[in-house]
Amino acid sequence: MNFRPQCVGIDPPLGIWAHICGSELVRDADGTLYVLEDNLRVPSGVSYMLENRLVTKRVFPELFEHYAPLPVDDYPSQLFDTLASLSPRPAEYPEVVVLTPGIYNSAYFEHAYLAQQMGAELVEGRDLFVDDDDCCYMRTVDGPARVDVIYRRVDDLFLDPDAFRDDSALGVAGLMRSWKAGHVALANAPGAGVADDKVVYAFVPEIIKYYLDQEPIVPNVPTYRCMEPDALQYVLEHMAELVVKPANESGGYGMLVGPASTQAERDRMAAAIKKDPRNYIAQPTLKLSTVPTVIKDRLEPRHVDLRPFILSADRQQVTMGGLTRVALRKGSLVVNSSQGGGSKDTWILPQDSATETYEQVQGEAGQRQSQS
Amino acid sequence: MLSRVAENLYWLARYVERAENTARIVNVNANLLLDLPKGIAPGWKPLVDITGANELFEEHYKDYGERQVMRFLLGDERHPGSIRSALEAARENCRTIRDFVPREAWEQINGLTLYARDGLQKGLTKNGRHSYLRGLITHSQLINGLLDGTMLHDQGFEFLSLGRYIERADMTTRIADVHSASLLPDADEARPYDNIQWVSVLKSLTAYQMYRRSTQIRVQRGPVLGFIFKSPRFPRSLRWCIDHSRICLERLPRNEGCLRVNGRLARALDSAELEGFSQKELHDFIDELQLGIADLHEEIAQTWFPPLVTAAAA
Repeated sequence: MNFRPQCVGIDPPLGIWAHICGSELVRDADGTLYVLEDNLRVPSGVSYMLENRLVTKRVFPELFEHYAPLPVDDYPSQLFDTLASLSPRPAEYPEVVVLTPGIYNSAYFEHAYLAQQMGAELVEGRDLFVDDDDCCYMRTVDGPARVDVIYRRVDDLFLDPDAFRDDSALGVAGLMRSWKAGHVALANAPGAGVADDKVVYAFVPEIIKYYLDQEPIVPNVPTYRCMEPDALQYVLEHMAELVVKPANESGGYGMLVGPASTQAERDRMAAAIKKDPRNYIAQPTLKLSTVPTVIKDRLEPRHVDLRPFILSADRQQVTMGGLTRVALRKGSLVVNSSQGGGSKDTWILPQDSATETYEQVQGEAGQRQSQS
Repeated sequence: MLSRVAENLYWLARYVERAENTARIVNVNANLLLDLPKGIAPGWKPLVDITGANELFEEHYKDYGERQVMRFLLGDERHPGSIRSALEAARENCRTIRDFVPREAWEQINGLTLYARDGLQKGLTKNGRHSYLRGLITHSQLINGLLDGTMLHDQGFEFLSLGRYIERADMTTRIADVHSASLLPDADEARPYDNIQWVSVLKSLTAYQMYRRSTQIRVQRGPVLGFIFKSPRFPRSLRWCIDHSRICLERLPRNEGCLRVNGRLARALDSAELEGFSQKELHDFIDELQLGIADLHEEIAQTWFPPLVTAAAA
C-alpha cells in the first residue's frame, strides 16, 4: 500500500531515504526494550517533546538542578543541519522550507513550530512551483526564489499531482520530476513509507542479518506474519492472547487487543484476516511498562511507549530525549494521541559523566506528566 | 517573504479597516436620521447602495427597513461585506501568518471577532447600537496601534499598510458619496439641512474636530470635500491614503507598475476642482476614483500575490 513504483531506480542524496525516523520503543515486563514499529513516512510529535520540556522546566526547576537531564532544545538546529546537508547546491545557507498541507491539518501546529524554530519558510503547495528547468521555486514578493530542501509533511500521494493523485491541491506539480533530476531534496524521500508496513517490519531482523551480518541491538517484538500458513493457524487459534494489527494503518486504528476483546470482535477480526492474510500481523500482548501519572488528583500507573527521533544525513543523531506517549485510560495499551493518549517529558540523565554513558530514566522521578 | 504571506497580511488589514469603516457609516447614519425631519430623511437604503450589494440584499430581505439593513451590514454571514464576515475573514487571514503578527495583536483580532459575534444581538437594538459600534471602532484602532507599535516594520508591514490605505481610500470615497449624492436630494427644501449632512460626513470619519482645527470656517460643502479628499495632514483623507500607499510601494521591489497606477490616481485627485462640482459630477468623479483604486489593487495583486488557485481537474 505504501509502495511507490514512481520511486524505483532513484538514488537519493547520501543514499538515505528516511532522514527523520521515529521508531516506537516499548519495555516489556521483564525489562527488555523492543522496537514496536517503525515510522519512516512523516513521524510527528517532536514539538510535543520540546513543549513538554518547557513545561517541566517551568514547573520543576529544582529537579533540573539536581538531575541535570540532557537538553533536547537543540533538536530544531539539528534538524536544520540534517536538512541543509541534503542541499543539491553547495551554499552556506541553503533554502530549506517546511511543506505543510495547511491550517486544517491536525499537525499544523508542529509544522509551524518547527519552521519557526528552524528559521525556515513554512510553505503550502501553492507557494511552490517547478519551472521548465526542473528546479523548484517559491513565489516570493521579490519574485521566484530557488528552493533547495523541502521538509515535507504532506503524504506521498498528495505530493505531486503529476506523479500521484491528480486531484491533489496540496502538492506541487512537477515536484517528483525536480527531485528525480536532483534539483531539490525531499525529506523524507517519497516511498520511504514502504517500511512502515508492519509486515515489512517483521522482516527487519532478517534484513539486518542478511545485509550487515549482525544481530539487532534493540530486538523486534516477536511477530506472526499471517501471510505464512503456520503463523496464520497460530494466530487464529490464539487470538484472545494476541494483539492483531493491520499492516498499513497508523494512529491505532483497526487493531484488536486480544485479552480486552469480545468473542464477536475476535470473530470479525478472524474473518478479516482470512480474507486478506497479507494485511495482518499479530504479536504477543506485551505487559507494557507503566509510569506514575497524575489522574485527577492522585498518582496512578499508566502504560507508555517511547518514540526517540533519529536524524540521518551526513551523520546520525538521536535526540537526548523523546516523546513518551501515555495511554490515559486505565489499563489501556493504546497510546496514540488520536485515541486519547497523552504525552510526557522524557529525561536522559548523564549516569556517570566520566564514562559518558547515559541511562534513560523511565518511571522514576524524572518522569513528569504534562498532558498535551 | 512569501507572496501568500504578503497577500494574507494585505487582506488582514483590509478586512479590519472595512469592519471599522462600516461601523462608522452605520453609526453616523443613525445619528443623522435622528436630526432630519421625517419627510426628508432618506432612510437606510443608501447604506446598502454604497456597499454595492443591493442585489444580494434584495435576495434575502423584503424591504430596506432599519432592522433589515442593520442586520445585513452588521451580522449577516451571507453578506461578505458585513462587519461579522469581514472580521471572520480578517481572523482567517491572520491564522496562517501568526509568525508575522505579534501575539498581542492576534489576541486582539480574536477578541474583536468574538466581540462582534457575542454582542451582535445587543448591537442590533436601537439602544445598544451606539456602544456596540463604538466598541468595534475603538477595538479596530487598538489593533492598528498594536501592529504599528510592535510589529517588525519590514516588507510584511508594507503590505499590511497598503491593505489598510487602499481599503480606507475606498471607504472614504464611499462615505463621501453616500452622504453627498444619495442621502439628500439636490433640491432647495433640503438646503437648511445641508450643514447637518456635512457635519455627519465629517463625524463618520472622526474628522469634525480636525476639520475645525485645520479649517477655521464653518462647515460647508466645498471645504469639507476639500478636507476629506485632499488634506495632506488628515490620516483618513484620500490624499493621505494615496500618499502613504505610495511610500509603501516605494519600499517594495518590482514596484514600477504599481507606482504608475498610484501616480495616475494622485493626478486625477489633484486636477479635480471639487468645490465647483455639482452632486452629479461629484458622484461621477467618485466612481472614477473607485475604479482607480480597484486598478491599484489589481496591479498589486498581479505584481506580488500568488496566482489564483484554479480548481484542480479531477
